[in-house]
Amino acid sequence: MSSRPAAPNPDNSYTFTAIGLHWLIALAIIGSFALGFYMADLPISPQKLRFYSWHKWAGVTIFLFVVLRLGWRLAHRPPELPAAMPAWQRSVAAATHVLLYLLMVAVPLSGWLMSSAKGFQTVWFGVLPLPDLLAKNEALGDLLQALHRLLNYGMAAIVFAHLGAALKHHFIDRDDVLARMLPFLRNPSGDTR
Amino acid sequence: MKSWPHSLVLSCAFATLVTLAPTAHAIEFNQLQLGKSSLSFVSKQMNVPVEGQFKSFRSRLAYDPAKPAAAKAELEIDMASIDAGSKDANDEVAGKAWFNTKAFPVAKFVATSVKPLGGNRLEVAGKMTIKGKTLDLSTPITVTQQGNTASFDGSLVLKRADYGIGDGIWADFGTVANEVQIKFRLVATAAAAK
Ligand code: HEM
Repeated sequence: MSSRPAAPNPDNSYTFTAIGLHWLIALAIIGSFALGFYMADLPISPQKLRFYSWHKWAGVTIFLFVVLRLGWRLAHRPPELPAAMPAWQRSVAAATHVLLYLLMVAVPLSGWLMSSAKGFQTVWFGVLPLPDLLAKNEALGDLLQALHRLLNYGMAAIVFAHLGAALKHHFIDRDDVLARMLPFLRNPSGDTR
Repeated sequence: MKSWPHSLVLSCAFATLVTLAPTAHAIEFNQLQLGKSSLSFVSKQMNVPVEGQFKSFRSRLAYDPAKPAAAKAELEIDMASIDAGSKDANDEVAGKAWFNTKAFPVAKFVATSVKPLGGNRLEVAGKMTIKGKTLDLSTPITVTQQGNTASFDGSLVLKRADYGIGDGIWADFGTVANEVQIKFRLVATAAAAK
């Protein structure tokens, strides 16, 4: 992301809002991923219908938090990366983060479109009907189901890379990249280790 | 081009005029037009309205606008022709817990009385049989007549549990609601005057 409206945070940490949104969305995505993966192959039953609805409600909620988070990101400049990081690592990090933002939007969006194309509207928490952006179309529904799956597996792969990089920063490079998203890792002297 | 015998052309024209003429004589709508008719339903799953329909049904209709109370109506629905919204759902509802389609391939409605309600509305009462269970049913119907064609439209709410549709694990209405909204349109043309 290129916009740099505000000065970097003086204590080189993310804001409380950014940290909160990051971990809330991370946990919710992991949970929705696990539920989606588990529910898809269940034989049809009331429990399966309930899981599908819960999955869809959670996915739509995640989408809303992702919109908030994108809003935060566009209005804030994240803390600087450690000066010692080589340029290629900075590029890979930036590309990974852009991809993660794209997938956080595309994954729930593909689920929503799939549901519309399959003729099962999304009624958020059983109360608020979301508009169907697509008319019912079986072939398109199957295609979007495959796309939702593919995007999810792609997102899982990138999340693992993201996680691996965060752990490498913390345990091998011993810099503060993970600690500024997980402040309890910092010791009271302000030192990261 | 071969020329047609005069008399044949004339009598054809005359026959056409007679059938198109306004109902000076008795007209009876009794030929169901399956292509223009529909039998659909909306069930609620986790509060999500899901549309479905039956694609194959037969109806014996006899409706004379001059004598509505003498109207006759019978409807037979092929349960295997259901489209419940998805292939999974179609397989599921054919099973014992739902329609048990193997044992009860046909659902049937037989009208026992037709009362004019004024205007173009009728109250039709009769017996509905689904899954081997017969219950009384009555519903208002709107008749729209256009030349040689009449359309009978109506909607009603059936409670699935009344007919034992959705037993066992499905008996709880928390996931699939008891009320099912039914919508029908039967279009019939009048056969040539008898
Ligand atoms: C960040 C949010 C989401 C994540 C992480 C996620 C994840 C997943 C995963 C991993 C699967 C299983 C794919 C497979 O192996 O077949 C799945 C399936 C599914 N998802 Fe999502 N999903 C999200 C959002 C949504 C949304 C918003 C909707 C709809 C409004 C949705 C609807 C579905 C449906 C209907 C299936 C089942 C497809 C099937 O029948 O196989 N998902 N999801």
